[in-house]
Amino acid sequence: MKALLYDINLCIGCEACVDACKEHNGLPEEPRDKLCATNFTHLVDVGDDEFYRRMCMHCVDPACASACPVGALQKTPEGPVTYDYDKCIGCRYCMVACPFSVPRYEWDTATPRVRKCEMCKDLVAEGKPTACAAACPTGATAFGERDELIAEAWKRISADPDNYAHHVFGEEEVGGTSVLMIGPKEVLDVAFDADLPDEALPERTWAVMSRIPAAVGVVGVGLIGINWIIRRRMALAAEGETDSTNDGHGEVQ
Amino acid sequence: MKAINWMLEHPWRVVGIVVMIAGLYATWVRFTQGLGAATNLSDDFPWGMWIGVDVMSGVMLAAGGFTISALVYIFQVKRWQPVARPAVLTAFLGYVLVGGGIFFDIGRSFRIWHPLVMWNHHSVMWEVAWCVTLYTTVLGMELLTFLFEKLEKEKLAHIFHHLTFPLTLAAVLLSMLHQSSLGSLFLLVPGRLDPLWYSRLLPFLFFISAIAVGLTMTIVESTLSARAFGRCIEGPLLQSVGKAAAWVMGFYLALRMGDVIYRGAYTELWPLDRAAWFFLAEIVVGVIIPLIIFAYPSLRQNTRYLYHAAQLTVLGFVIHRLNVGITGFEVIKGKIYTPSWMEVAITLMFVTIGVTGFNLACRYLPIFETEAEDSERLESWSIWVRQLAATKGSASQVSEGKS
Repeated sequence: MKALLYDINLCIGCEACVDACKEHNGLPEEPRDKLCATNFTHLVDVGDDEFYRRMCMHCVDPACASACPVGALQKTPEGPVTYDYDKCIGCRYCMVACPFSVPRYEWDTATPRVRKCEMCKDLVAEGKPTACAAACPTGATAFGERDELIAEAWKRISADPDNYAHHVFGEEEVGGTSVLMIGPKEVLDVAFDADLPDEALPERTWAVMSRIPAAVGVVGVGLIGINWIIRRRMALAAEGETDSTNDGHGEVQ
Repeated sequence: MKAINWMLEHPWRVVGIVVMIAGLYATWVRFTQGLGAATNLSDDFPWGMWIGVDVMSGVMLAAGGFTISALVYIFQVKRWQPVARPAVLTAFLGYVLVGGGIFFDIGRSFRIWHPLVMWNHHSVMWEVAWCVTLYTTVLGMELLTFLFEKLEKEKLAHIFHHLTFPLTLAAVLLSMLHQSSLGSLFLLVPGRLDPLWYSRLLPFLFFISAIAVGLTMTIVESTLSARAFGRCIEGPLLQSVGKAAAWVMGFYLALRMGDVIYRGAYTELWPLDRAAWFFLAEIVVGVIIPLIIFAYPSLRQNTRYLYHAAQLTVLGFVIHRLNVGITGFEVIKGKIYTPSWMEVAITLMFVTIGVTGFNLACRYLPIFETEAEDSERLESWSIWVRQLAATKGSASQVSEGKS
């Protein structure tokens, strides 16, 4: 599975990745300082010449893909989480579900799409790096196999433990992501919610969904059984009453 | 002058007309310019009033359909039969309106059928789409029974009478699934939904609250339609519905409070911020106060207390669903969502259509009538049936003045 490794300590904030992204996806120049329907990545300035990049994290087991009722969002084996507009009904459950608040919507049109980084799925399918990784002058955004990038990340961390938090963000979080980030603890703490569980989020809904067939069977049979017992009892009671009083009032169908 | 007199005589019709005009204008804006122009939805609040009220609360408000018909046709609580048909009618209208709400809310409305052919069986939303579609069909078939009776298609009506049990069984199973699934939708967002509302128990809480609202909506609805159609209120029957609601709500409260304490989420209640107030409104106004009224025979025997307690319960659980769907996300977003006037207008337009539909159906379908043999068999409400028979002829005249 392909992935991106973003190293906060190598990033100089030149925004070459933003420009490359805009060019590859045919997006307008502005805005470039937030995620929106016309901007899929941006840099957050945390002061002291330090930046971190925001973009779709391309989760290994994405909440958005499990949420989508029509399967418009898919995790491809190559790594990218892709979006198929022809299927999308616009329910926006993906936007609610995403643990990183990434998917954006085209609010100002009558034929809206969900918009987000698709990890240059066409380039990646050809084995080429993403536009942002190819454009990065310092190697802050690097493209490669996920396992190899994780190994590379840990190599950099152990070589310079003073400047790197002892943590590869995305190795474990929400079941792992295909965008990995390393850098100083202060910046990583600002960039990501510390409460994110390591468990893949779709497991929480699957725990319920997978039990539905059994629940329907058990409850269905139970209700039929209860109904049979109640009717039987009522019939017996009616019989007894008819025998003793013969007024017909207790008659049951 | 004539027009003014008419308006003074029919204030609710005037309100209805104003709401419909505003709603139709908002509809035009929504479908020509998109969701952004008509709503206050944003990337921070992708779900708003239509999902919170029209869909999540709408499905809950229509829960009387499966709750009452399960009790009457599966558990054979024959005493409750008089409220079964109005509950099924409300459920059908409710689900049609929920479908309308979804049609307005999704970005590509005319692809509303996609989940039926493009399957993702991991998606809770997909399951909800299927269940709502199937359940609306089941309710439609139950309504056909009334229609065939009305048209005196004896044979068809007979066939549909025999379908009552399987249809009710399907209704209960489908409702169990999608009522709880509306809660399961939010299992996916730990750490984002406020801990006062995020819980692994959400599916159970949603299902139990649906039963509670199914019961209490029956009280609200029976009281209102008794007023509107000049019938007398089925007092003892509605009191027993209230008593049943007390048991369900007691169980809900124990589960909800136990969960909040077990997870330690109660620490969020101090200081009393916006989220804490919404939580308290939901629990105190919506559960505890009405629970006390339902639990004490001396209180629930008062028709007005019973009615208001039922109203509070409905309000409380609507607040719960809005909290789960909207308020609970305000902390992490650092923003507040309030609906636009067009969102409100479209929701009110749906309410108007629902009330009008209920009114028309009650006039033209055998909703408040029951089969003749029932009246002989069940003494407890035979008085009511006799009164109904007396007023049946004049019902259409009485309801003429309402809309």
